[in-house]
Amino acid sequence: MSISKTADRTSRVATRVSTREERPPRYRRLLGWAYLVPVLVYLIAFYAYPLYRNVELSLRDYTVRSFVSGDARFIGLDNFREVFSSPTFASAIIHTAIFTFVSIAFQYVIGLALAVFYNQNFRLSGTLRALFLVPWLLPLIVSASTWSWLLNSESGVVNAALEAFGLPQINWLTSPTWSLIAVIIANIWIGIPFNLVILHSGLQNIPDELFEASALDGADAWRTFRHVTFPLLKPVSAITLLLGFVYTLKVFDIIWIMTRGGPGASSTTLSTWSYQLGFGSLLPHFGPGAAVGNILIIVALVFGLLYIRYENAQAKR
Amino acid sequence: MNRALKTVVGVVLTAVMLFPVYWMFNVSLTGTSDMRRDPPYLFPLHPTFTGYQAVLRDQMPYLGTSLAIGLGTVVLTLLVAAPAGYSLAKLRPLGGQPLTFILLIAQMIPGIIMAMGFYAIFLSAGIINTWWGLVIADSTLAVPFAVLIFTAFMSGIPDELISAAKIDGAGSWRTFLHIVLPISRNPIVTVSLFAFLWAWSDFIFASTLNSGGTMQPITLGIYKYIGNNNQEWNSIMATAVVASIPAAFLLVVAQRYVAAGVTAGAVKD
Repeated sequence: MSISKTADRTSRVATRVSTREERPPRYRRLLGWAYLVPVLVYLIAFYAYPLYRNVELSLRDYTVRSFVSGDARFIGLDNFREVFSSPTFASAIIHTAIFTFVSIAFQYVIGLALAVFYNQNFRLSGTLRALFLVPWLLPLIVSASTWSWLLNSESGVVNAALEAFGLPQINWLTSPTWSLIAVIIANIWIGIPFNLVILHSGLQNIPDELFEASALDGADAWRTFRHVTFPLLKPVSAITLLLGFVYTLKVFDIIWIMTRGGPGASSTTLSTWSYQLGFGSLLPHFGPGAAVGNILIIVALVFGLLYIRYENAQAKR
Repeated sequence: MNRALKTVVGVVLTAVMLFPVYWMFNVSLTGTSDMRRDPPYLFPLHPTFTGYQAVLRDQMPYLGTSLAIGLGTVVLTLLVAAPAGYSLAKLRPLGGQPLTFILLIAQMIPGIIMAMGFYAIFLSAGIINTWWGLVIADSTLAVPFAVLIFTAFMSGIPDELISAAKIDGAGSWRTFLHIVLPISRNPIVTVSLFAFLWAWSDFIFASTLNSGGTMQPITLGIYKYIGNNNQEWNSIMATAVVASIPAAFLLVVAQRYVAAGVTAGAVKD
C-alpha cells in the first residue's frame, strides 16, 4: 500500500505545478471529462455504492433470508446501540489502540534505525536493503501462516529457542495474555519495510554537506543523528506515522489468520470484530458487523484527513 | 566501524529479518514425521518433497484461479485508470483536483467495509461466489493507486509532444493511443505488477465474496489447508512458498519497477 502514497504526492505536486501553467482551452477541458467517464462510473458503482450499502446494512435488521428477499426492517440506530452495549466493544477499541500504537512505535523506531544504517555506503548495502522488502511483498496469508507455525506452542521454533536459553515456553496464540502480543510481533515484521523504504528515501534527500559539516564540528554519530538527521527527517517521519495509522487500523488478515481474534476476544480489533459479526459464525449479524465497520471508517478517515492536511501544509512551504 | 564490518552487520540484520521466510522454506521441505520434532531441525538435512507433491495434487486449480483473477484485475485496472491519468495530467478538466482528493481517501477505506458492501451487492445481483466478481472487488485495491501513478507520470510528458501530434492532425484519442500510451510503458508495468500482486494476495474479498464458489483463489486454498489438516505444515508451507512466487518475481526481475513505484515521488518535494 505504501507505494500509493508516494505516487499521490507526486501527482499532487504535479497538479500544483500544472495549475500555474497556462490553462488548456475550454473544449479540451470538457473533452477531459470524456476520459474520466470510466473512472467516475467505476468509483460510483464500486466505491460509493458499496459504502452506501454498508451504511444501509447498519441501519436495518438484516438476516440471510431478508438479504435475498430484500425486506429487512429499518431499525435506525439499534445496531449501533447493540454494538456499544456489547462487552466486546471496549476490548475491541482498546486492542485496536494497543495494536496500532505499539505496532507503529516499533515499526518506526526499527525502520528508522535500519534506514540510517543502510544509508551508509558499504558493500551490498543496496542489495540488502532491497531484500528487506520481502516481508512487505509476500501475501499476508503467507506471512500470517508462517508466523502461526513459528509461534506454535509445541513445535514452534520460537519456543524451541526460548527453551534452549532456559526460558519458559509461551502459548503465543492460545493464551489470552499473549495472543495480542503475538499478532503485534507479526505485524511489526510486516510493517518494517514500509518504514525503512520511506525513511530511507527521506534520508537520501538530506544533503551530504550537512553530515560533513557535522563531522567537521566534531559531532559523533549519535549527536549527528540527534541534532541533524532526526530534525531534518521530521516531515517525512510525520507522513510515515500518519499513513502508518491509516494502514494499521485496516489490518485484518494477519490477526484473523493467526488467532481469529481469540482466544475469547483477547486479540479482537474493530476489523476482526466486524468480520466476526458478519461472516465469522453460522448465524451472521450483518447489521452490527456493518455498524462496527462504519465506526472503523470514521476513525480511519480522521487520521487520513490529518495526513492529507499535513501533506498539503508541507507542500505549501 | 569500518566498511567490511558494516557489511557483516548488514548481512546479519537481513538474515534475522528474513528468518521467517527461510523457515517457511525449511518447513516446506521437512517430512511429516519430523514436523513435531523438538527441537526442530534448523536445516533441511533430509529434504522431502511430500509438501510440494501435495501442492501439485490439491492446489493447482486454486493457483489457476488466482492467475485468472490477477490478470483480469490488471486489465480492468488499466482500462479504467490509464485514460483517467491522461485526462488529469494533460487535459486537466475542471473538478480534477477534487477527484484526486477522492482517490486519496478511497485508498484509506478499510477492506472489511468494502467487503461487506460488496457482499450485499453481489448477493442481490446473484454474482456471489464467482471468480470474476473477485476481479471487480480486487480492482478496487489498485484503481486509485493506478490513477495517481498514471497522472504523476503523464504530467511529465512534455506538452510540446502533445501539441506536435495535434499539428500533425491527431485527435486526442489518437494522441492518447499512439503517443501517450507507448511512452507510458513504465507506469503501465508498475501498475500491472502491483494490481496483479494485490489481487493475488487478497484474502478478505475472497473469503467473504467467494467462500462457497467452485473457483477459489490460492489464498483460500492455503486458508482451507490450515483449517483442515493442521498436522501437515509441510504442505501448508509448500503452498505458501508457491504462492510467494509473484512476490519473488517482482523483487528479482522487476525490482526497478518496484523502486520506481516506491520512490516515484517519495519525499522529494
